[in-house]
Parts: sequence; C-alpha cells; structure tokens
Amino acid sequence: MSEKLNSKIPEGPLSEKWTRHKAQIRVVSPANKRKLEVIVVGTGLGGASAAAALGELGYNVKVFCISDSPRRAHSIAAQGGINAAKNYPNDNDSVYRLFYDTIKGGDYRSREGNVYRLAEVSNLIIDQCVAQGVPFAREYGGLLDNRSFGGSQVSRTFYARGQTGQQLLLGAYAALNRQIHLGNVKSYNRREMLDLVLVNGQAKGIIVRNLITGEIERYGAHAVVIATGGYGNVFFLSTNAMNSNGSSAWQCYKKGAIFGNPSFAQIHPTCIPVHGEQQSKLTLMSESLRNDGRIWVPKKKDDVEKLRTNKIKPSQIPEEDRDYYLERRYPAFGNLVPRDVASRAAKERCDAGFGVNETGLAVFLDFKSAIERLGKSVIEARYGNLFQMYEKITDVDPYKEPMMIYPAIHYTMGGIWVDYNLETTIPGLFSIGEANFSDHGGNRLGASALMQGLADGYFILPYTIGDYLAGKISEPKTDINSKEFIETEKQVKDKITKLFSIKGKQPVDHFHKKLGHIMWDYVGMARNEEGLKKAIVQIKELREDFWKDVFVPNTNDEFNQELEKALRVADFLEMGELMAKDALHRRESCGGHFREEMQTEEGETKRDDENFMYVGCWEYDANSADHILHKEPLKYEFVKIANRNYKD
Amino acid sequence: MDFTLKIWRQKSAKDKGYFQTYHVKDISPDSSFLEMMDILNDQLVREGIDPVAVNKGCKSEGPVAFDHDCREGICGMCSLYINGRAHGPDDDITTCQLHMRKFKDGETITIEPWRSAGMPVIKDLVVDRNALDKILQAGGYVSVNTGGIPDANAIPIPREDAEESMDAASCVGCAACIATCKNGSAMLFVSARVSSLALLPQGKVEAARRVKAMVAKMDELGFGACTNTRACEMECPKGISVLHIARMNREFLKAKIKD
Repeated sequence: MSEKLNSKIPEGPLSEKWTRHKAQIRVVSPANKRKLEVIVVGTGLGGASAAAALGELGYNVKVFCISDSPRRAHSIAAQGGINAAKNYPNDNDSVYRLFYDTIKGGDYRSREGNVYRLAEVSNLIIDQCVAQGVPFAREYGGLLDNRSFGGSQVSRTFYARGQTGQQLLLGAYAALNRQIHLGNVKSYNRREMLDLVLVNGQAKGIIVRNLITGEIERYGAHAVVIATGGYGNVFFLSTNAMNSNGSSAWQCYKKGAIFGNPSFAQIHPTCIPVHGEQQSKLTLMSESLRNDGRIWVPKKKDDVEKLRTNKIKPSQIPEEDRDYYLERRYPAFGNLVPRDVASRAAKERCDAGFGVNETGLAVFLDFKSAIERLGKSVIEARYGNLFQMYEKITDVDPYKEPMMIYPAIHYTMGGIWVDYNLETTIPGLFSIGEANFSDHGGNRLGASALMQGLADGYFILPYTIGDYLAGKISEPKTDINSKEFIETEKQVKDKITKLFSIKGKQPVDHFHKKLGHIMWDYVGMARNEEGLKKAIVQIKELREDFWKDVFVPNTNDEFNQELEKALRVADFLEMGELMAKDALHRRESCGGHFREEMQTEEGETKRDDENFMYVGCWEYDANSADHILHKEPLKYEFVKIANRNYKD
Repeated sequence: MDFTLKIWRQKSAKDKGYFQTYHVKDISPDSSFLEMMDILNDQLVREGIDPVAVNKGCKSEGPVAFDHDCREGICGMCSLYINGRAHGPDDDITTCQLHMRKFKDGETITIEPWRSAGMPVIKDLVVDRNALDKILQAGGYVSVNTGGIPDANAIPIPREDAEESMDAASCVGCAACIATCKNGSAMLFVSARVSSLALLPQGKVEAARRVKAMVAKMDELGFGACTNTRACEMECPKGISVLHIARMNREFLKAKIKD
C-alpha cells in the first residue's frame, strides 16, 4: 500500500516543483490525441473546465451531468469570490503568501507541493476567465476590484457581485459549449454514473443511468475523470444542492480507490438558520458579508430572552450591550477569521445561552456600522442580491435589522485520494475539484474552492493526464461489450432490482433525515469518542433498516426521482460510517475537525502533530466489507509548523 | 396552513396529461414552495405504500416529478407555472425562493409545467430545455483556448460596461421568459448572452458571427419572434431588461448589413 500511496511530489525547491514536473512528464502528439478517449463525470468548475481544456487539446471527450444542462452544477451557487495572488491592490500579496495562508488555514494537514502549485496557477485562472468574458467587478479606472475573505490579511478575492461561482461556471460552460459545437466533446445530460468499470485493474469506463428513460448505459474510454463534487449532503441539511451527492466517489472507493480524510467537512458560519422540521435545504450567506458585517450576540441574558420572545428588536439593543465576540477573541483578524474558527465561536456563544432566534441557535450579522460609514447604496452595490435573497427567505429586511445566521455543513475537504498528478490509486482514474482531497487540509479558506476547481481543470489535469495517456496511444478503443462491462452493468441492475423489491414502509427521505440527525449530532461541529462510537452503531442499524424497510415507488424504466434518491442515500449510509470512523481515529483537533477531548483552555483546537501529521487514507476491503486505515505522512520542508493564531 | 393543489400530471411526453387535485395540511408559512412539494410527495409515496389509502380511491400515481436543485435561486433548474405565473406570485425570484407566507391559508394553488413548443414535457412538471444549450453551443462564447492569455488587467473596461454586462450575465437559464411569452420567443434568453458579451472588448471581436449564429439556431429550433409585450421581463427572476433584446437586434442588424 505504501507504494500505492506515493504522492509523487517532485523534488526541488517549492517554486520549481511544478515547472520541473511539467518538463519531465510525457506529452501526446496531436495525431495520437485524436485516437484517445476521456470520460469526465460532472460539469461543475472542475469537470467543465477539464472537459473543455481536454477538448481543446484534441482528445475525444465524453462529459456527463445529472442535470438537464452542465450549467446547473452546484459550483454555480458559490457567491463570494475566487482567490488569486495577483497583488493588484499592492498590499504585499504573493504566490508564497497565498500558499502560506492556505497551508495555515488548512491547519497543516495538506501537502506543501500541491498547495504551492495551486497558488502558482491561481493568476492564470483570472486571466483566463477575463478572456472568456467573465464580468468581474471593476474599479472606476476600469481595472479589476478585490475584496477580503476569511483567513487572510490581504485583499485577493476577485468577484462578480455575489454570483462569482455562477459567472465562472458560465465561463467554463461556454468553453465547453464551444468544444461541443466543434465536435471534440460529446455531452450526456440527465445521466447519473452508477459504477466504475475496471479492466485489468485500470479505469476504462462507467455505467450510467439515463434519468429520463431509466436505461442503463455503458461508456468506455482510455481514462476516467471524477469531478462530481463533495458529499456534504450526507448530513441531509447542508448548503449543497439537493442533487449533489457522493456516489461516484463512493463507487470508486468500493472499486479500490483510496479515500482521503473522509471526516474533514467544513461547517460554514454564515447560513440562514433552520426554520423547522419541514426544511429541506440550508441557504448560505456569502462569507464576503464578513467584510462589512459585524457578528454579535447580546451581552445580557435578559436581552436574549426578550429577543427570543420578540419583545424587542435587535436594532434596539445599544452598542455597549452587544458582544462582538469575534472582534473580542481574535483582534488581529476580527470578523474575518477562517470558517471553522467562526463556526465554533458561534456555537460556543449559543451553547453558553446567548443564541438568538426562537431556537436559540443563531447569532447576528449586522451591517449597521457599515451602512453608517459607507451609505446604503454602497452596501447595496456590494451585496444587493444577497440582501434580497435573505429578505425573501426570512421576511426580514437586513438593511434595517441584522441578519440571523448559524453554521451549516458546506464543503468536504476530504475526498478521493490523489497524487500530484491528480491520479487516484486506480490507474487511469483521476479526480479533480471538491471530489478529491488534495489541497485544503483540515479546513478550506473562503474563495479557494473556485480556485481549486479551475486550477485542476484548466491548468493541471490537462498536463498530468497526458503523462498517463502517452502510455495508451497504441491501445484500441475500449470495448464496452467486454465481460467487465457486462458484469458491472449486471451488478448495477441487480442493485436497482433489489431496491424495488424491498417494498417497505418508509420513503427514502425518512432514512436520509435520520442519518442527517445522527451525523449533525455526533459527526458535526463538535465530536467526541463516545458520540462517534454511538454514531457508528446507529448508522449501521439505520442502514440495515433501510435495506429492509425502504419503499421505492414506480419502476426503473421511467423518470424516477425517488429511485435516484434511494441509490444516493444507500451510499450516504455507508459514507457516514466511514466519516465517523475517520473522526474517531483522529484523536486531535485540526481545522474543521474538532474533538472535544482535544482543546486548549480557551476552547481552541489542539493539534497533535506528533501522532497525526498524516492524511488518513482509507481502503475498502471488499471481502470483509470493512475499512482499512493507511497513512500518508505529511512533510513540511518549507513552512515552519506553528499553532494557528488569528489573535495577534 | 392548508392548501388544495391542482397539479398537472403527465406520465411521459407521449402520454396525455390531466389535472389532479391534492390536499396538504399543516404547512409552515416559513416553508418554501418546494418544501411544500416535498411534503406532498412524501404523502404520495406513503399512499403508494398504504394499500388502505389506495383502496379508498386515492389514485396512486406516485410522487410528482419536478425539477429542482440548488434551492437558492441560482442554478435555474426549478421552473413551474404557479397560479398562472412563471415562478409564482412573488417578483424577482425563482420558484425555489417562493415561500408559503405569500399564499392565503386554504387557498387552491394551480401548478403546471412550462408550456412551450420548444420545451416538451418529460414527466409531470419536468420539461426538456435542451434547446437552450443548443443555442448557446451555436456561438454563446468567446473563442479562446485555455492558456497563453495576457494579464487580466491588460484591457481596462469601464465599470459601467462591466456592470451592464453583469446584469445580462445574471440569467440563470430557467426559461421562464420563453414559457411566459405568448409567441414562445427565446429572445430575452438569447439576447442576455449576446448583450453580455457584446458589451465587453473580449466579446466584440466575434460579435457579428456570434449574433448571427445564435439567432439562426434560435429560429431553426422553432422559437417565436418578439412582439414587445415585455412579459418576459416581468417574469424574469433576475429582472433582466428587454433593452438587451434591443441591443441584440442592433447587433444583428449591424452584422447583417456587413454581409
């Protein structure tokens, strides 16, 4: 296994690793590229940019998405921005500083080599997007504007109002459309991957379900790229889109791909609080709001009580009775501490009885001082669409009263393990964007997901996959009638038949909601040994229950959203267990992974570098249906390891 | 809150559709419209499970199919004609951002799919919007390859132009404009892309080619012409202005004169 877990980080100084690596890897000639086929699953920033870039290079690309159009992928919902080390504001930013902030923000649980490369290509992304016609925000002089995000003391975030993800995705989607038009890429919409096909241990194709007809289809290629995003929906309530799921990654895992740090999930501090049991989805309020919004709760319990019973409005509480707890605890970064820190601080105040809202599970995000300082029109120009969204959902006008927010599951740093080439432990299987584990360690900084998705898709994978494909130029087209394809297809069909045959008493959502509660209570913002052990037992029981008592209506041979959900929830019920196992074994606190047993007196995370400075790499053992832990040690040659300090 | 729902049911594109009536109870006014639909579907799945309910005459057609994804008004996946309006009675939002407090307790709500020749029904409330992709594939892009691009600040762009381009680029591709237009015209959708790119120096280079290709594809796919009723603008969840249609017409004329 240690041989399989070779991260292939090139030797040499940080700033030369990627350049040297590119010089050493093989390339494929244009004539040969035409003969090679690549499957890309997913059309978010990673998948769309990769499919477009590979199409431009001349490969034959097939791209798959579960929605009716590639443009629906959940990257579209990213609001705040994308980081790059351009240093346009002249505030002493640099590739090194972006690299350093990301390593530190990830609480020293990511690879130096990968993260440096990410920072290095970040500037190319901005150039690319501007050339595609992405309408980034600009200054009056016509040059690009920047704003600040958590975990950084410079302004390096490029943005397009509160719709940056949408604009970047439309850019990548447009590039993809161009390749579809030119015939280099063929797109398959409303198709869901249901399994990976291996031939002689190499990734050679996928089995998909046509979501309109229910037909099970086979597709072959010389390599497969998984760009299907994260698995945050294992928690049922999250900021992820309803159809986002972790099934493709899980299928790869069960076929032998190693999974990295499954328990590392990000809890975003600024989401609209849960309104009740009927809720299906949580809405994010962009981190960019923390540029101008100040977070507080009342100092007096008395005021808390009055607020909860609607006797007073938050705006009536005088300045001196407000506890701006982030500014109090973290003077150097204030409201712009990283997400994990801000989330825990909110939980701490709510646990101490200072939470507002009827549920006591909310804090205020207040724009009063910003509106006084800058005027309403400036705030409207910066965040207008977010304020409108908030008002529509809550019926409260945030120009007059502060927003109420609470942390929610948002992003998964964990994912399929990949080496420096973004290749998984299965030859020919690559993974990019949120679907892989590679760059964010224990916590991702805001505005870095867009950066990573596009870095992987435009500028890294198109180079590194060439090295693999160079060895395949004499291989013929993959035969989708081989026994491997037939057998995998049969397994998929059997699983579907089994789901229909249960004819139990509960709809799929019943199990998903129950799983969500277990996950949030025991594998959420604060974790401990007892709770995690309980979660493992409860998830197993729930899974057994699911396979005995689920009811899936109608048939396979039609548009059937309940079947789609059933297949995904069946996987979530397995993933949840692995997440709990990983969280249980990692007896330290780092980034978003907070073990209550491991905290400082001030309630900050306490890492254990001696015992846990590694990537938790899990392997599925098909014989025992169990999970085996391996470790990829993390070496820090260039950065001095320190405690994360956002106080001074 | 309690509601009576009249919902369009249609098994597939080939089958004939009809309205079916349902009742939902105890809906929170803070619930979103789609959460209310989730509750209905939970009920319908359970009716399928419960043979007594089926015997009592509940026609078990299974849950209602409807498109949805991000549920925060940006992916453009949700649709629905609600009480005769695209995305329902509230303004400037998509269906997923509509909340039940906008309805009266006990109200009857009629729910239909987008209806337009260019967007056939797939099942119940789900329609095929593939034509929109095809129009964009015909030319809705700047023809640049990845890499080798000059610095992002090499070409200054007046802020006003960037902002106006962004206004147009806010389109989420939901197709409410097409569904609501009496001519089934896709002009607002197409013009949003044409205009967004035509306003930027990066998009100007091939502006003529783009507008001709996209308009030709739009016509080929059978979308209607614009007769300036401005219904599209009224129902656009992102408030995209018909001025973009004017700009597209100008761009189109300019391109054709050059021919």
